Amino acid sequence: MVTVESIRSFIRENMVSNHRNAALGDDDDIFKLGFVSSMTALKLVNFVETECGVTVDNDDLDVSTFSTVNRIVAFIERKLGTTLSR
Amino acid sequence: MSKHDEEGIKCVVWDLDNTLWDGVLVESGALTLKPEIARIIRVLDERGILQSVASKNNFDDAAAKLRELGLWEYFLYPEIHWGAKSESIARIQKVLNIGMNTILFVDDDPFERDEVAKANPDVNVAHADSYATLLEDRRMIPRFITADSARRRQMYREDEQRKRAEETFDGPKETFLSGLGMRFKIAEAQGDDLARAAELTVRTHQLNATGRTYSYDELDALRRSDSHKLYICEMTDVYGSYGKIGLSLVERTESAWYVRLLLMSCRVMSRGVGTVLLGFLMQEAKRAGVRLFADFVPTDRNRAMYVAFKFNGFRDVGDGDTGARVLEANLEQIQNFPGYIEVVTP
Repeated sequence: MVTVESIRSFIRENMVSNHRNAALGDDDDIFKLGFVSSMTALKLVNFVETECGVTVDNDDLDVSTFSTVNRIVAFIERKLGTTLSR
Repeated sequence: MSKHDEEGIKCVVWDLDNTLWDGVLVESGALTLKPEIARIIRVLDERGILQSVASKNNFDDAAAKLRELGLWEYFLYPEIHWGAKSESIARIQKVLNIGMNTILFVDDDPFERDEVAKANPDVNVAHADSYATLLEDRRMIPRFITADSARRRQMYREDEQRKRAEETFDGPKETFLSGLGMRFKIAEAQGDDLARAAELTVRTHQLNATGRTYSYDELDALRRSDSHKLYICEMTDVYGSYGKIGLSLVERTESAWYVRLLLMSCRVMSRGVGTVLLGFLMQEAKRAGVRLFADFVPTDRNRAMYVAFKFNGFRDVGDGDTGARVLEANLEQIQNFPGYIEVVTP
């Protein structure tokens, strides 16, 4: 089962360019922190779908839904109707 | 403008023993190439068709033999080991980032062809005996031979060097990208760009907003019309040129611009340049004081493009009259170009 920590580590590994040093806060905007290519953006959406079992509809595809760890978690929890373990 | 027709072959993957040459390398060093096969490999290369190897052999021995035969340089990401060939093909497909249905696997052994075809149902397979007819095969005759096709192997070779440098680079990704000295040049398409532009509309699937294909003549007419702009993008870095890798067709009225075509080669998908071209169009529209709309036609492979639009602040505003979804840009929020790319605009 997906946890908040697994989302955090996916983001750290794939999205934030300075992942080795940068302390990623759960409210930090990953699109402002660094480089997000079309490939990484698609990877993030695929991660949410395959690892978290959530269908991302076209209407859900919004930068504000995916911009921070907390927002991604909130989105997944809303879709699944459960609370992820912290 | 037309729908996609049957896709051609982008990469031929060769077996070695009793396919490329007569004999088995581990049994005897005295092997002879199949008649005419060196010429066939060279002609495929000139046509811009990539080639690789999937062979069960010792890597060093096979590489040495291919070097001796003067063929080693033609093969990208060769898979020479004792593992399953289905996995070799899957790795080649992934690293080249092309569709499985654009790969042709040639092997004399029915077991190997079946193993590959079962694991990858979309792959094309051919018996080694049919190699002599490959050059006449319709799928092996590209509709366009451009400067970029003739250089294609070299461009993938440069990509291979970039990938290796990236994997071994110890530090933040942006520092690596900065060191590449990327230069992204956007220009209005000229006459000698049109064959490549038409080729891009046929070859590009993942970062392609509409999948519409255009002929040379159609693009030429649109390029000259007062109501359209056709932009073509080229990218270079310290390793060489990626070639012409991006294209956009914009229809312009007094109050609004419509992006009818927007695509970016899969070779630059991990470089963040899709956002650069979108950002350029958004900046230009804002400066001209017009609204900016873009057509999007979903296919089974272009979701990355939709994600790119949405993550760059476009919103879905409904069905268009051309069978497409229509997205509108929010020109109040335009992302800056990434600092590691020097962008040259017309």
